[in-house]
Amino acid sequence: MPESFIASFSRFRRSHEFWLLIVILVLCASLSLANAQFLTMQNLFDLLTSYAFVGILALGLLVVLIAGGIDISFTATASVAQYVALAVANAYGANWISVCAMAIGIGGALGAVNAILIQKLRIPSIIVSIATLNVFYGLLIFFTAGKYIYSLPDWFATGIFWFEFEWGKDSSYGVNLQIFALAVCFLITWLVLNRTNIGRQIYAMGGNADAARRLGFHIFGLNMLVYCYMGVMAGVASLVQAQLAQSVAPTVLVGKELDVVAAVVLGGASLMGGVGTVLGTFLGLALLAVLQNGLILLGVSSYWSPLFVGFVILISVSVTAWSQRERRTKRAGP
Amino acid sequence: MATFLELSGISKRFGGVHALREVNLTLEAGEVHCIVGENGSGKSTLIKIISGVEEPERGGLIAISGKEYPKLNPVHSTQCGIQVIYQDLSLFPNLNVAENIAMAHHLGGLHRVDWRAMKTTAMAAMEKVGVELDPETKVSELSIASRQLVAICRALSADAKVIIMDEPTASLTRHEVDSLIKLVSDLKRSGICIVFVSHRLDEVLEIADRVTVLRDGAKVGTFAAETIDGRKLSHLMTGQAFDYRVQTRDVTASPVVLEVNGLCRDGDYQDVSFQLRAGEVVGLTGLLGSGRTELALSLFGMNTPDRGTVALQGRPIALNTNGDAIDLGIAYVSEDRLTLGLILNQSVAANITLTVLERLAGTFGLIRAHARRSHVARWIADLAIKVSNPENPVKTLSGGNQQRVVLAKWMATNPRVLILDSPTVGVDISAKHGIYEIIQRLAREGVAILMISDEIPEVLYHTDRVLVMHDGRLTIDVAAEKTSEDALRQAVNA
Amino acid sequence: MNKSPLAALLRRMSRRVGSGTVATLAPLLLALWAGFAIVIGDRFFSIDTLQSMAFQMPELGILSLAMMLALLSGGLNLSIIATANLTGLTIAFLLTRYIPGTDGIAWVGVQVVALVAGFAVAALIGLINGFVIAYLRVSPILATLGTMTLCKGLAIGLTHGNVISGFPAPIVFIGNGTVWGVPVALIVLALCALPVATLLNATPFGAKVYMIGSNEKATRYSGVDTRAVLLKLYVLSSLLAGVAAVVMLARFNSANAAYGESYLLVTILAAVLGGVDPFGGFGKVGGLILALIILQVISSAFNLLNLSQFLTLAIWGGILIAVAAVPYLRGKFAR
Repeated sequence: MPESFIASFSRFRRSHEFWLLIVILVLCASLSLANAQFLTMQNLFDLLTSYAFVGILALGLLVVLIAGGIDISFTATASVAQYVALAVANAYGANWISVCAMAIGIGGALGAVNAILIQKLRIPSIIVSIATLNVFYGLLIFFTAGKYIYSLPDWFATGIFWFEFEWGKDSSYGVNLQIFALAVCFLITWLVLNRTNIGRQIYAMGGNADAARRLGFHIFGLNMLVYCYMGVMAGVASLVQAQLAQSVAPTVLVGKELDVVAAVVLGGASLMGGVGTVLGTFLGLALLAVLQNGLILLGVSSYWSPLFVGFVILISVSVTAWSQRERRTKRAGP
Repeated sequence: MATFLELSGISKRFGGVHALREVNLTLEAGEVHCIVGENGSGKSTLIKIISGVEEPERGGLIAISGKEYPKLNPVHSTQCGIQVIYQDLSLFPNLNVAENIAMAHHLGGLHRVDWRAMKTTAMAAMEKVGVELDPETKVSELSIASRQLVAICRALSADAKVIIMDEPTASLTRHEVDSLIKLVSDLKRSGICIVFVSHRLDEVLEIADRVTVLRDGAKVGTFAAETIDGRKLSHLMTGQAFDYRVQTRDVTASPVVLEVNGLCRDGDYQDVSFQLRAGEVVGLTGLLGSGRTELALSLFGMNTPDRGTVALQGRPIALNTNGDAIDLGIAYVSEDRLTLGLILNQSVAANITLTVLERLAGTFGLIRAHARRSHVARWIADLAIKVSNPENPVKTLSGGNQQRVVLAKWMATNPRVLILDSPTVGVDISAKHGIYEIIQRLAREGVAILMISDEIPEVLYHTDRVLVMHDGRLTIDVAAEKTSEDALRQAVNA
Repeated sequence: MNKSPLAALLRRMSRRVGSGTVATLAPLLLALWAGFAIVIGDRFFSIDTLQSMAFQMPELGILSLAMMLALLSGGLNLSIIATANLTGLTIAFLLTRYIPGTDGIAWVGVQVVALVAGFAVAALIGLINGFVIAYLRVSPILATLGTMTLCKGLAIGLTHGNVISGFPAPIVFIGNGTVWGVPVALIVLALCALPVATLLNATPFGAKVYMIGSNEKATRYSGVDTRAVLLKLYVLSSLLAGVAAVVMLARFNSANAAYGESYLLVTILAAVLGGVDPFGGFGKVGGLILALIILQVISSAFNLLNLSQFLTLAIWGGILIAVAAVPYLRGKFAR
């Protein structure tokens, strides 16, 4: 028993996730020294809440990347799902179940559109998603004239607040809707990817699509599942964000793709497919959050945040690509 | 022996091309059955029909254990016990050994992954095959031989009754081939039918019980292995007879073009020294892992040796990139024609001119269209490349013609030294002769040629001198007429 | 073989444009023109319409050339718009800071320096792209996503999203002036398109780019320094984005961190419509220009029909999907 533990620990030590963890811990340590505000319950709670949107989307994108594809239309999908679900809720009345069902249904349907275009028409996935991003977004703004929805149902505003506990003076914390949704999505994604055969088929297909086809995997079905999953995550994320902002702004989500891509890419997922873990995505998200939060706490204007994200993406993908190269040349083959 | 699989009247058309015509075949339990044929004979199509990836034309029948089916699909054929190990092994490099071997556990409707059961399956399969690998290792970290064993384990753990291997020995060392042969006999004894698809006639005769020969999509015949030999087989495969002639040429008076002294590359080869004279054709053979490919790549500037010197026409040279090598007059024809030698989607003309672009440029660095056209036309005529329009993509050409395009590309650089790596692989036997003629012609023009090959007859009968590498060292350096196939085989496998 | 000079000319032209593309696009253009003429009537043929088309097309055209180069090599350059904006802001900043109060030689000098500085910025971005893609082997999508964020981040950080405007007349002339009735911007487009076309069709560099796009490893084995070629390619791509920046800032007489973001989709659309293979290795400038004209005609028609810009975006997306699906559909129906 101890021997296999040592073996798996040494494998972890060589992994991307391990280094991420080190970087995060170092960053957290330095930040907490630089600004006492960082390591407070309030701050961490706020971080978790505000990054739930990006985190849920990152999980959807992770699954797509593992399958060997790419999708950047999810912000448009989220905008559509958000608007339609809540507009209907306002007009016809609804509750949590129906609003979730609507958002998930719309997200899944739009994801299916991506899958059909990529698989049936053999168009590269990056081009399909750039196109559908504009189609979904363009049509949404055309039909809604970009109007915000400010008044949302009361039950929507209340959200949830479970497992309340006290921490510090006069402050109570608990699991709110955002944290709950984030946790549930992480759990489900982890279960699907690591505990179900379909999840392993997704990994396999991303690693070698030809072999997957020859073994009899249902390639179209898997792709459909993967892109629908992304759409579903987009739907969930859109509700989470609307509940937090207490408004629906159809123009505000599109443009946030970079944060999501950054989180996933930092977490070690590869554009080649077959590579990426839920833990890595969580760590990537954490790193992103800590970085951006750190900048704010250090007094850097939020206008500079995108620049840092860009730097971090570039450095991260460069390091990943370089280390993959090292590994390839070391294994000199015939 | 019970007949496990019977194919009757199997035909397959792709557009207007008849890949298979009315092929009948039986596979018996517990036999080793080899299928041989040239490129385009229909071998791969036949395999794909057996494994269910392709459907035969109507009228064909597949009978498995007596039950008849008009066609199969991959899942169905797997359930019937048919396992195919393709040349690329179809493994998942990003997953570990256990998961690859027990991949069948993942098929079917949505269900939980039973990691423990998968590990057990994998260990059991590995025990049967007699290999010990850490089941948690990612396949991408394994050597090719280990990966092949993983692929075999996967076939076994899926309860195979027929295991079809497509060119299994292409990337194995002699030692590994021996292990494979022993494994195959063990599997045979447990009643599994093994089908080998191979172009290496020596190995086919060594391992097969029966051999089926395909030519132009039709079955020429099925023979018991004892009743035929290599020469008869190639006769049947091509419908023609070729006489192998031992080449003799006196090149002792020619100047030394390439001199290699004490060349070492840690982990690949040690202390290699030899000379190439102008107009000499020197064969280099050795098992995979003997260092021969790495040596060739070093001479072409694609990897750097650690110690030793290389001198071209008396002057020591440093080869840091293949650009350096080409400038100095060293050219290398890779053995992987389809992915490294040619750019399949681009035109024949584009491929031929790729090495001489700067030379075709005139004022302001613009390529002179007229010069380009005549350059292409000259080489097409010179090497008798059969192509209707030089702007057609090179993938539309036959294997032999494709190889001529590669040769044209390199000959245009006026090399002093031409390194050919397995130049006739994937070229039909009838077209091989043409390639040999071109090589001889180059030799007559004074080019020093180093020909690397797996096939001992090819190395012996078409060269002036033979080099053998074994385990990183040059063990034999002898004139071709002073040695024999057996002596070479012994040196290679020592 | 018909030896008449006209036939030879047509053959040469169709080879330059890619005969398949011309055969598809030219009739399409005529059909669209006829269709819109019927629907919109006289307004469509007015000089104003034609002139506004001729003014709007160049910046999109130059950006499409930049995108096309990356696509040909089997990659993608998602950073062209952000590069253009950053370049534009650099030039704008220098102009607005140092022009007021100068005249004569200094006045000309500042403008020249500003332009040079802008191109230097563009070239630097191109170097980063090229280095990361060619030498560090990062996927072009990820690399240019990174530089795109970098440029945009820098631009927003420095300007807080504000607009910088007010440039001297010669600069503005580039975007709004005409020479014998032809917009200067269009001339700039021609001055970019012709050299790029020549580079791709008739130089060793161009031949190498196409080969790399189809199979980089094989090209390297044939002795081509693919890394150097890719580096130069991405620098060129970014420089073209820089030229587009000059045209844009001249036309709008202002620069901003977020201009032209909807252009990204359209440049890819123009390239794919123009016959560029999204997987790399094939595509000609002639086809791209034809495709641009078609898109410009559609865009102007939409303008005249008062179509919402968002509906236009959606339609572009739809057309991109349709166009990208053509090779597959053609293959399917050929059987």
